[in-house]
Amino acid sequence: MNEEKYMNPYLAGVLLGLLLLLTIYITGRGLGASGAIKSFTVAAVESVAPFHTANTKFYQEYKNEHKESSPLKNWLVFEVIGVLIGAFLSGIYSNRLNFKLEKGPQSTTNKRIIAAFIGGMLWGIGAQLGRGCTSGAALSGMAVMSTGGILTMFAIFGGAYAVAYFFRKLWI
Amino acid sequence: MGPLVPDIVSNNLNYFVAFIIGILFGAILEQAGFSTSKKLVGLFYGYDFTVLRVFFTAGITAMVGVMGFSYFGLLDINLVYINPTFLWSAIVGGLIMGVGFIFGGFCPGTSICAAAIGKIDAMIFVAGSFLGVLIFAEGYPLFESLYKAANLGNPRMFETLNMTQNLFAAIMVIIALVAFYFTSIIEKKVNKEEVVFFRFNKQSILMTAFGVLLVVSSMVFTDGKAYLLRLVEDENFVKKYPVEEVDVDELAYLLTCVNCERLQIIDFRSEEEYKKFTLPKSTLFTLDNLFEKEPSSFLRIKNNRYVFVAKDEITERKMAIIATKLGLKRIRILRGGLEEFVKSIMNFDPVKDPKNIDEINMNRFRSQVKIELEKMIKENKPAGPVQKKQKRALGGC
Repeated sequence: MNEEKYMNPYLAGVLLGLLLLLTIYITGRGLGASGAIKSFTVAAVESVAPFHTANTKFYQEYKNEHKESSPLKNWLVFEVIGVLIGAFLSGIYSNRLNFKLEKGPQSTTNKRIIAAFIGGMLWGIGAQLGRGCTSGAALSGMAVMSTGGILTMFAIFGGAYAVAYFFRKLWI
Repeated sequence: MGPLVPDIVSNNLNYFVAFIIGILFGAILEQAGFSTSKKLVGLFYGYDFTVLRVFFTAGITAMVGVMGFSYFGLLDINLVYINPTFLWSAIVGGLIMGVGFIFGGFCPGTSICAAAIGKIDAMIFVAGSFLGVLIFAEGYPLFESLYKAANLGNPRMFETLNMTQNLFAAIMVIIALVAFYFTSIIEKKVNKEEVVFFRFNKQSILMTAFGVLLVVSSMVFTDGKAYLLRLVEDENFVKKYPVEEVDVDELAYLLTCVNCERLQIIDFRSEEEYKKFTLPKSTLFTLDNLFEKEPSSFLRIKNNRYVFVAKDEITERKMAIIATKLGLKRIRILRGGLEEFVKSIMNFDPVKDPKNIDEINMNRFRSQVKIELEKMIKENKPAGPVQKKQKRALGGC
């Protein structure tokens, strides 16, 4: 069986926009992703080294901002678990479920693995500084016209375009 | 009025809502093709602009939608999370993420989608992002000064640029539409396909129509508050606008009357003035309260009749016009304002040698009501300003 074609991007965009609007209407906040990764990281460090988290500034500030009993009792954590399931169901529906490592035609598997890891790492750091990633800062920020969110959005795309040429061998 | 959390949707139910929204979010991203890094980075090499299309269509749809919801009074934007602006952190963070985009081929949300359908590079990306957060957490003292520098609060872009919300929204929508058009031409050229400037088929026409709808909506859905404030700046308009009035004697009567209609006085003076002299049955209000979810619901109680008071009549009129335009009903104002009320009732000096029956009646009524009111005011404790019970939703990452 062949993979199904992707949805029309404008239709997907309108649906995503309406979902974001509904999210803001119901919860008063936007969508997100990197916040959940932060919560998972904090939870992991907390369970491995509770003494360390109790005495380190970052985790203390996190605790002050998030009053819930556990870092995993977090809106974005529940949302991201949903994302995993939603994407998985969509993958089944459209026959796209298989283990695969994707890379540019001139790239090698090793290169791709290293670049993916570094890329993830940069996002981990950048999303903390930007107080959100493409979903939490750029997209949701645009929906409410937040200055910070829109600046971050332009910086993400600007940063990517600025270095795209130098790393073109990874992709084309 | 939204947001529905925490009144209609409880905080615990909200976690379930998050889960459902997440499922839809993941499914839409996957269906759009965001679960493959090759498609995602296509935008930066010109061969596939799907990301730009989905992202900006979603952004402008939601943006215009939020404007429309607040325009129709469905959403109190004061309770919605507005991402804070820490100028340098936002820019540097964004640039780092941009570089990460080229390296990794994903952003966090899309990497989770791709990992869910088995993309190994995405799983490695997710692992990397955990390490990234850990680096930030452990190296926090290094990042902290940048992270907290230039805190501008929670401004919105049109405020920062000092333009109206509509102008900014229209600019964003038009930029997006123009970008969609030109990137589709670039994409065809890069992929060596035939360039068609416009295809007259159902799909293209439908998409164009939706684009036009968004442009028009972005101009129509005015920021209600800014519009109303501008409206009442014109004193002639305010003076001519029909507003139901009560005079000082009528108000005095209503205040002392036991079996009359349910009266509620809304006092628009400063807190200081209010504490000095407080009418019974009155609540302190501010202009902002009229636009807020919790306080304004106080003005929607069935069978209540409201009298707006302020120091002068013109302020009362302005507030009453704004309230009426916001759809509030049964609102009257006090003729002459509280200044007149204090002068004619509270400091009433009986007319010496009343010449006719009217003056005799006035002397009798005002002297009597003055004593009663003084007693009521003494017993009555000022209710104080309406407390804003709700806080902005917390969001962000």
